[in-house]
Amino acid sequence: MSDKKPVLELRNVDKSFGPIDVLSGISLKVGEGEVLCLLGDNGAGKSTLIKTLSGVCQPTRGEILMDGETTVFSRPREAQERGIATVHQFGGTYPLMSIGRNFFMGSEPTKGFGPFRVFDRKRANRVAVEEVQKMGITRITDGDRLVGGLSGGERQSLAIARAVYFGARVLILDEPTAALGVKQAAHVLRIVNEAKRRGLAVVFITHQVMHAMAVGDHFAVLIRGAIAADFRKGEKTREHIADLMAGGESMADLEASIEGNMETQGG
Amino acid sequence: MTEPNSTNDPVNTTSAAGSSAGSSFKAFFRSPAAGALMGFVAVFILFSIFGYSRNFLSVAGITTWVNFASLIGMIAIPVGFLMIAGELDISTGAVLPAATMTVAIICEHYQMPEVIGVAAALAIGALIGFINGFIVTRTRVPSFIVTLATLFAVAGLTLFLSIFFINNTNSFHHPPEWAKSLFGGKVYGFNSSVFWWAGLIAAFAFFLHYSPKGSWVFALGGDQESARNAGIPVARLKIALFMLCSTSAAFAGVLQVMTFSSATSQANFGLIFNTIISVVVGGVLLTGGFGTVMGIVFGVLTLSIVTQAIGFTEIDRNLSFLIIGVMLLIAVLLNDTFRHLATSWSGTKKK
Repeated sequence: MSDKKPVLELRNVDKSFGPIDVLSGISLKVGEGEVLCLLGDNGAGKSTLIKTLSGVCQPTRGEILMDGETTVFSRPREAQERGIATVHQFGGTYPLMSIGRNFFMGSEPTKGFGPFRVFDRKRANRVAVEEVQKMGITRITDGDRLVGGLSGGERQSLAIARAVYFGARVLILDEPTAALGVKQAAHVLRIVNEAKRRGLAVVFITHQVMHAMAVGDHFAVLIRGAIAADFRKGEKTREHIADLMAGGESMADLEASIEGNMETQGG
Repeated sequence: MTEPNSTNDPVNTTSAAGSSAGSSFKAFFRSPAAGALMGFVAVFILFSIFGYSRNFLSVAGITTWVNFASLIGMIAIPVGFLMIAGELDISTGAVLPAATMTVAIICEHYQMPEVIGVAAALAIGALIGFINGFIVTRTRVPSFIVTLATLFAVAGLTLFLSIFFINNTNSFHHPPEWAKSLFGGKVYGFNSSVFWWAGLIAAFAFFLHYSPKGSWVFALGGDQESARNAGIPVARLKIALFMLCSTSAAFAGVLQVMTFSSATSQANFGLIFNTIISVVVGGVLLTGGFGTVMGIVFGVLTLSIVTQAIGFTEIDRNLSFLIIGVMLLIAVLLNDTFRHLATSWSGTKKK
């Protein structure tokens, strides 16, 4: 399927919570410098899949391979140490903390020694601002600013820059554009492309087909916990993908039925 | 996070614009401690005016409320940590008397060395904190309810065990010379607890604002799910914070029994209100994620002046609760204003 060696691969992964099967037979792979778009409607199992990829959940059956080796992530930390970074919808940022503190959350830089090690605020702020600017967000110039004052797109960008800085090889983006306006979303998509250019494997989860088409190399459509379609860039049209996500029902039909309803209501 | 102490060091070296002495001054006014300081200053000036003729500014006047503040304060700061982390601990009202009775029973009734009594009291505090934290992290029952339960459970157990061991709900305890001077002595009218509190303020402020792990506490209250994803040991940190809180309450109990030479098993419900009021007046956000140690300190001092030093002024002492109530309301209403000020500030000259 892919000519590049996959960094992360899922083979026949099932996940059940008690009697409920959430994922069944998921096989996916993503390589360096590649964007894999996971498309799916609400409740298709996207979140569970992310949790499985990022070590929050363990698959019930099947295996996860990293660089071709079977791996088990028992904790999110373990997945992180292997270079899997997850950026959640709201950026995983803390609104009432500074950019510098947010950037280094969980891996704080320190100065001094022994019990008197202190958080190196200047260095944290400097690095955070540099990294965010490298990703193309030039509006952020002060690491002491609170993240709550940034726009949604900037927050996402901060979170992505953070993941890149900490040596992520696989970037999992959970609906990064869902809550954003058009301009902001374009911003984030540009950063996804930047991450791709730097050789990261990106898993981009979304239900916005347009956004997926803009950056994706490889697409997988998730319906009720199973992969309904798996194709590469240019193999399917936007309408076709939207139809797939709607569960096989044609969007055109859906639109027609909505319009029909409106008419009967109005008339 | 803007530290209240940042007035002393130049802010934002990274910023191209806006790094001047003025901006660090402004940085302080955006911090949650600013409101608390202003409240404290206002109350202090008001009380100084009305208390000038009634010895409010005398040594006796000042030590009265500072001594009171020290015991409340060393509990209020860790309670504030928990509130920043999005939790609440009201079991302190039972932990403190449990610690006082532990010291009294072990050292006075059984005549064991002072060290054992103190260690046992602190261990009991740590254990109660562990139970609180363990239940909160495992069950997701709101910490208010969990600690309400332990408050009553510990209070009941303290009463029962006091009767069981010494057949009395109260006890005297006369510590040996060294313990008395270390934990319960007096210097110019200031109790030992004041000096312990000062040391603890420094340690707590260092932990929350300067040590690398301090950010984790804010992260817990900011967004727990993200904190977990960032690899922060959420459950362990929370249990540790509950243990810190209960152990601090137990330590305050140790200081109290050494200072006043008496112990009681009655639950101290007033303490619960006092700590929480101090924390909120100190500018800690009720929803978590925001607050400073110095803010809490000012909150404690303000509360102590109003409740303890009112007798040294011409203000009717019955009005102290009214003042506290109004202050609390103002603090909560200002909470949002300060949060807004802090987030909307952009560091550059525009806006």
